[in-house]
Amino acid sequence: MAFDEPTIAEILRRQGISRRGFLKFCATTASLMALPPSMVPAIAAALEKARRPSVIWLSFQECTGCTESLTRSHTPSIEGLILEQISLDYHHTLQAASGEAAEAAREAAMRENHGKYLLVVDGSIPMGNAGYSTIAGVSNLDMLKETAAGAAAVIAVGSCAAYGGLPAALPNPTGAVPVSAIIKDKPVMNVPGCPPIPVVITGVLAHFLTFAALPELDDHGRPKVFYGESIHDRCYRRPFYDQGKFAETFDDEGARKGWCLFKLGCKGPVTYNACATTKWNQGVSFPIQSGHGCIGCSEPGFWDMGPLYKPLSMPIAPVQMMVGAAAAGGAIAGAAMAMRNRAAKKSAQAAHQKVTVEDLEKAK
Amino acid sequence: MPSTDTGAEHGNALPILNEIRHALARLIESGETTVIDLGALPLGPQDEAELFAALGEGEVEATIHAGGPSSVRETAFHGVWLLTHRNEAGETLARFIEVAFVPELLMSQAEDVADSAAALAKKLKPAQNGRTLK
Ligand code: SF4
Repeated sequence: MAFDEPTIAEILRRQGISRRGFLKFCATTASLMALPPSMVPAIAAALEKARRPSVIWLSFQECTGCTESLTRSHTPSIEGLILEQISLDYHHTLQAASGEAAEAAREAAMRENHGKYLLVVDGSIPMGNAGYSTIAGVSNLDMLKETAAGAAAVIAVGSCAAYGGLPAALPNPTGAVPVSAIIKDKPVMNVPGCPPIPVVITGVLAHFLTFAALPELDDHGRPKVFYGESIHDRCYRRPFYDQGKFAETFDDEGARKGWCLFKLGCKGPVTYNACATTKWNQGVSFPIQSGHGCIGCSEPGFWDMGPLYKPLSMPIAPVQMMVGAAAAGGAIAGAAMAMRNRAAKKSAQAAHQKVTVEDLEKAK
Repeated sequence: MPSTDTGAEHGNALPILNEIRHALARLIESGETTVIDLGALPLGPQDEAELFAALGEGEVEATIHAGGPSSVRETAFHGVWLLTHRNEAGETLARFIEVAFVPELLMSQAEDVADSAAALAKKLKPAQNGRTLK
């Protein structure tokens, strides 16, 4: 990030984009970053000064779903993001270079932008045998430590990098851990989801690019603007939940009428993410709108959270009773429900059958 | 897959309509404009249809060609505008309801006006020296 490099506003101007076009860019960026429209002047002022940050993207134990998701962002598009707004200096799936040339690009970016580049990680890190996952013969652990040392901040993209994800699901054969278990001396932001929403990934990158800092984080290290509210709190089916109208099966009358999917195992009440408002595929829909409950993929330990189709609180009390109380007692009953749901989630985790490698081998 | 929801009424449009009502009152009283990001609100497929049906069509329609087409449309309620920003590929980037006498983006921006004044002066210089304008 040399200082003779043009600012983002200058780059746009050179492309013949008018001030009006720039303000449109700021307005859509505000929406992308989930900031209120009143922030547009602040965003415009920040972009006047912002320069393209260098980004290094490392992929560890992952399925490439997060990168797949990233490439489906339309605002900004991946081309726009890479060519105009960031300098993606290393991403072994997307870059053209391979082998030694690729590693040389990473080392050069680290040297030239020491202390200033942004490190993005997807995938968890195996703490067992290092041979489970290596890049160019370097263990994931060594590469993470080495690359994080000169980073301004680290973004853990996807539930694997944020919480361990699928590789860390019981019995966690590779000893997988999240980025935050290793990097303690740098700001680490978690952007969980399996995968995260495309525009949430570009949204947090845009935030760093605009303000040269990470957005405000919650207790789980997640950006509050995207993960501050539960799916349930922002769900358009919520009025039906409050009225006690539930789909009982996936093809009954309630399902056709768009009633609440709580009884079909929806994890919306314990899941914090932006799906209900940002939605997927350019805002077309999200799982609940397509008729399936939320599976809670952005929560810590979701793979071991219990069956997908089991209602959160089914074993404890009939739902109608609780809903009646919630409607009558308002917020207090609602809070009680949330607490109970959290307890149900914990007990589901505890009761989840644990399978060890030995068990699997015995079964053969 | 778009949506299997065949469109029960969830009633999520009503609070937005009320928000617009308050915004109109503010506009009349103090001239203060309000922008509502539709991407930040919980809306089901039917809610959206309901909201747009309630707002209706107004007298003005414009397209801004800047970084992709943006449509600006006044609804049946004067001062309530619907803005849809698209990229070059025609994909929707964001949608806003702007409660204002005229949406900010429809106005020419001071920087652009200054650039244009300079460009026009440059264009006229040779003409003043006796050459014709092309
Ligand atoms: S339980 Fe699920 S479907 Fe029902 S209101 Fe909550 S998030 Fe929506």
